[in-house]
Amino acid sequence: MIKRVIKKLFCLVIVLVILSFLVFALLYIAPGDPAEKRLTSQGVAITKEVLDSERERLGLLKPFLVRYGEWLLCIVRGDFGISFKDDMPVAPKLVAGLRNTSILALTSLFVSLIISFPLAIISAIRKDGITDHIVRLFSFVGNSLPNFLISVLLMYLLCIKLNLFPVIASGNIQGLFMPVVSLAIPMTGRFVRQIRSEFLNEMKEDYVIGMKGRGVSCRYIILNLVHNCLGHVFTIVALQIGSLMSGSVVIETIFRWPGIGKLVMDSITARDYPVIMGFVIIMGTIYVVINQLSDILCHYLDPRTEI
Amino acid sequence: MKKKKIKAKIIVVSAIAIMLILVTVFADFFAPNDPYTTSASSIRLAPCLKYPFGTDNLGRCVLSRVLYGGRTTIAATFALVFISFAIGAIVGMLCGYYGGIFDKLLMRIADILLAFPQMVVAIVVAGILNGGLGGAMIALGITMWVSFARLSRSHTYSLKNQDFIKAALFAGKSDLYIIAVHIFPNILPPVLTNALTQIGTTMIGLSGLSFLGLGVVPPAAEWGSMISEARAYIQIAPWAVLYPALATVFTIIVFNYLGDVVMDYREA
Repeated sequence: MIKRVIKKLFCLVIVLVILSFLVFALLYIAPGDPAEKRLTSQGVAITKEVLDSERERLGLLKPFLVRYGEWLLCIVRGDFGISFKDDMPVAPKLVAGLRNTSILALTSLFVSLIISFPLAIISAIRKDGITDHIVRLFSFVGNSLPNFLISVLLMYLLCIKLNLFPVIASGNIQGLFMPVVSLAIPMTGRFVRQIRSEFLNEMKEDYVIGMKGRGVSCRYIILNLVHNCLGHVFTIVALQIGSLMSGSVVIETIFRWPGIGKLVMDSITARDYPVIMGFVIIMGTIYVVINQLSDILCHYLDPRTEI
Repeated sequence: MKKKKIKAKIIVVSAIAIMLILVTVFADFFAPNDPYTTSASSIRLAPCLKYPFGTDNLGRCVLSRVLYGGRTTIAATFALVFISFAIGAIVGMLCGYYGGIFDKLLMRIADILLAFPQMVVAIVVAGILNGGLGGAMIALGITMWVSFARLSRSHTYSLKNQDFIKAALFAGKSDLYIIAVHIFPNILPPVLTNALTQIGTTMIGLSGLSFLGLGVVPPAAEWGSMISEARAYIQIAPWAVLYPALATVFTIIVFNYLGDVVMDYREA
């Protein structure tokens, strides 16, 4: 058991190293030369001498693998390099953005779990009943709505037609409302569908039939079912973290929420590569770590599953 | 009995889907105006007889742009799903049939690609490539082939040891012949179902990238970029946002529903 966990952690490290290598290689896929990009994004007139000295200064003349190694060491120490755009260190920018994004993402995750969990269970218990049909219809439509569309429509309805909210999000709870709802609607749709099908699978197990046969009260059976599903619910949530991340890029850009997603979109427009690389490293690490942890957690909550 | 009901559903939904495809493919025929002609005298007109969906900020007909934009979105989605399907199925069948080191290597690569959040990768890659629609398609395709490859690999793997494959081998058929004639038709139903369910997700992804300005480059019509452009003047001309939005939602719902009912049919 502990051996498996160690193996899992080892895999995690390997995946992270490969992730960092791919991200570093991104700079090479990108058209153009970093020194040139840096100079143009600062608005310096490019001559041969300026370009060469810049290359020397950035250490671009060293071999690829040496530079990768140096870069990786810096990243491990928490130094994400210096922004091309304004010569400020990247790490504080990313941390500040990440904090705002976490507020947004965790709130919407919380909201959609609170809504979807009871709905999914009711829908599964009353399978093919009228409640089930209504819940399924709404979760299906929610799942089909792109979040940029939801936010534009919400803006139209709440800000312009009903005049309830300011168009540009302010840093308070009122400003948080619309971004959270836009992120939560498609996620709730997906959660309801997945948790419902998980619950239905669980209801087919022999022990449920046995309990029903012994006349165990319905409430107690449901309690047991919830307990046994919890591990899978963790996996479902962990897999949704990815769409939560990309969703927050879109939503933050629309509502001008000062998170990491808006930061990366601005950096993409400005071709500010150190910030983009830092973003991918951080997001990839969070995603991979959460997913591996959820596998281990899933096993502890539900020993029937293998790691 | 239940199967019959689902079959009827499939026929109805696929009829709607085919109609959608036809309307956008023959956009030249259905569109009342040219989607790119700007006109200073008809800026932001409310829906009327000449412009059934109104006009946008440059006086372009929104209905015509929705039709042409649908062509871009639907064609790009189908192309992307088809290419990922082809690459994934070929890789998956070869890996499943031959096994060995290539199989291990490719499946590891697939695992690693699945370890990253798909849309985050797509946003960054599309942003760095900066290559319009093609760049956005590559960005989404990097991770899309994986699900097809895994699915066709696992099905090929379980087919490989069945008697009819052995019979074909003893009859002296070549590996390529067996893969093409005996394995491919048998893995087709599950992999095609997967392709159907991917259409909706791909559409959301592509229009999302276009919305962010990482996909289709204006003035080419695409739903995501139309919504993004018209968002700035939604107070004055809400129709320029609402109609492309309705078109997006309707199309995604139709294709998602088609995927769902086909899944139900296969399970029933």
